[in-house]
Amino acid sequence: MTEEIIIAGFGGQGVLSMGKILAYSGIMQEQEVSWMPSYGPEMRGGTANVTVILSDERISSPILSKFDTAIILNQQSMDKFESAVKAGGLLLYDPHGITKHPTRKDIQIYKIDASEEAAKMGNTKIFNMIVLGAYLKVKPIVKLENVIKGLQKSLPSRHHHLIPENETGIKVGLEMAEKIN
Amino acid sequence: MKEYKLMKGNEAIAEAAIRAGADGYFGYPITPQSEVLEYLMAQKPHERTGMVVLQAESEIAAINMVYGAACTGKKVMTSSSSPGISLKQEGISYMAGSELPCVILNVIRGGPGLGTIQPSQGDYFQAVKGGGHGDYKLFVLAPSSVQEMADFAKLGFELAFKYRNPVLILADGIIGQMMEKVQFFDQQPRITDEEIIKKYPWTTTGKTPNRERNIITSLYLEAIVEEQHNRKLQEKFKRMEEDLMFEKIECDDADYILIAYGSVARICQKSMELARANGIKAGLLRPITLYPFPSKQISGLAGKVKGILTVEMNAGQMVEDVKLAVMGKTPVAFHGRMGGMIPSPEEIVSALKNKLIGG
Amino acid sequence: MDIKDIIQEKNIVYKRTDHLTDKALSFCPGCGHGTVHRLLMEVVEEMNIQSKTIGIAPVGCSVLAYEFMNVDMIQAAHGRAPALATGIKRLNPDKYVFTYQGDGDLAAIGTAETIHASNRGEKITIIFINNGIYGMTGGQMAPTTLIGMKASTCPYGRDAERMGNPLKITELVAQLPGTYFVTRQAVHTPNHVRKAKKAIRFAMENQNNGLCFVEIVSNCPSGWKMTPNQSNTWMAENMFPFYPLGDIKVPEKKVV
Repeated sequence: MTEEIIIAGFGGQGVLSMGKILAYSGIMQEQEVSWMPSYGPEMRGGTANVTVILSDERISSPILSKFDTAIILNQQSMDKFESAVKAGGLLLYDPHGITKHPTRKDIQIYKIDASEEAAKMGNTKIFNMIVLGAYLKVKPIVKLENVIKGLQKSLPSRHHHLIPENETGIKVGLEMAEKIN
Repeated sequence: MKEYKLMKGNEAIAEAAIRAGADGYFGYPITPQSEVLEYLMAQKPHERTGMVVLQAESEIAAINMVYGAACTGKKVMTSSSSPGISLKQEGISYMAGSELPCVILNVIRGGPGLGTIQPSQGDYFQAVKGGGHGDYKLFVLAPSSVQEMADFAKLGFELAFKYRNPVLILADGIIGQMMEKVQFFDQQPRITDEEIIKKYPWTTTGKTPNRERNIITSLYLEAIVEEQHNRKLQEKFKRMEEDLMFEKIECDDADYILIAYGSVARICQKSMELARANGIKAGLLRPITLYPFPSKQISGLAGKVKGILTVEMNAGQMVEDVKLAVMGKTPVAFHGRMGGMIPSPEEIVSALKNKLIGG
Repeated sequence: MDIKDIIQEKNIVYKRTDHLTDKALSFCPGCGHGTVHRLLMEVVEEMNIQSKTIGIAPVGCSVLAYEFMNVDMIQAAHGRAPALATGIKRLNPDKYVFTYQGDGDLAAIGTAETIHASNRGEKITIIFINNGIYGMTGGQMAPTTLIGMKASTCPYGRDAERMGNPLKITELVAQLPGTYFVTRQAVHTPNHVRKAKKAIRFAMENQNNGLCFVEIVSNCPSGWKMTPNQSNTWMAENMFPFYPLGDIKVPEKKVV
């Protein structure tokens, strides 16, 4: 099994940390993983994206132009990555702020109203965990218990008190993804 | 089984340096490698192992702090990215001329000039042909994974002391910034002052009545003496072939060979898989040491294949060494991207088709 | 009592320190470098720290200091001696580390290293020979060349508007919190030699309290195109008014 994922949105949406938790979850189930961010000035408030690969085999390129899954959290990323999903692949997006919705017919498209839900829950910080939960609902590539272990590993211990609310976010997301096509 | 950690290449080499028993690190921040110094500072190595970590006033000062410390037999290291490595060249030349061990990390970014902070392999010539003034070589290791970033910190110190020569770890922004799982070796003890005096009698540790004073210099005012010194250095650079490293993937039945190092070798491995899925028998040769260079191995393959494609994130630097190894035995083509652009696996397959197969 | 009775080990009141090698000094006749080399090595001998001393030679006239000083020594790149000293001392805090630098080395190409090592308070001793000229390369203008003073790259005299002003780097480093002892001395008369030696001794003894900086205003007969005597007179009349001798920063309750 190899899953090649791009997660793309604004800096500050938790794109990189979502990828990191996913990668750590892969390590918890003894997979090979890579996490390759776009880095640079664009980190500061501009677009941010990260390529995450989980595989049972040695990972070749950590940098890809085609993905099994694209998780898209803003319009710029939609413009850039809708076409980068492999035929038969998955596109998961938050419709908040999206003006041009995806139109491809050869891929599966799911939407997740994560920012709205996070706002309703009064905790916008768990937005990315809701998205992660939705992704795992559609593609359960890592077990929830391994995600929790991954959270423990990726968060410094001074932030471990935040794990329960992150777990809640993931569980909320697991109930939410809605198939579009 | 040992625990795996998820880390950036820059963090992994910093952790590995502490574990390898490094005595000191001197550096100056520059993207995309500042995590090395940041990680070291956060780890409080002065408490963990007694290692000294200092943010210098410049890359020039940092390499000269390394120079001074290396004279006393300590395991010392510095890191930077391209523009900073250019600044260090004077010190590196002095260290090579004075035969001093150290580990230098270059996380290459695009150039020339201030360039870009995006990844590049534009410093290949600088790395393998010397870099600063005078006739000298560095032992050059090119990691292609976070695990190798960690392993090469330890290996780098071993080779630096084996040859009494600076070792350059030539990475790029991809290897520095990407996270992968990594497993570390156990903490090695730092060398004691007594061990240094015993193992490295050439060091400037203070003249005792038992020995003449030790002088570390790269100055030989008499030409004949300077030539003798140069001959000795050249013999040493040749001897480094003992520690040549490379990796061959699916080369045995290959019609076409991709040659790439570092992060580009990883991308080329994907290209090789795509090519094979398209019925093209492609293989990959990855030089792990860039100096010494696997010329003999490339020459050996050249007689058996229909063509070689060298892929680099520059305008074509290693390809010159590949051509020198091939000596016209088979066509050698080049595909490169510059300025921080990264070649995609697909475009490399297209280049293979267009430049070698289709032609 | 004949001369054989007088020349005996027990009657020796002064001799050349064996911390200088037997090699003949390569400096020009009348140059102050040789005297400062001797003073520094006498101090190392008197402090009995030869086995703990690491010296750093610069680029310039004193590039070959390691040929004459019988201690472990390193030859540094031009201007970088304080950085080398930092690396050595940080990893070898039990050692005595000194740099020996000229004005071009310390106050032009190595200004950043000088200022930052001083500001960090590196536990080292810097011996700074200021003769207002580049001796080794043939008499070019130095950062400390006086206004109106001639050099091969200011053959009509230094002109502030076009060439900038001479740099009083010693006063500058004295302002920095990391320096412990900063002084300016000379070695052209026996009295000055005695004072300079005291200053060097204090600077070596106290390096673990903070960076100790000893400037020696010196002459360069060859570069100045003068006889040794003329150069000493010229130095006293022209250099000392601009670079006044004496302690610039002295630790509290300690008088040198």
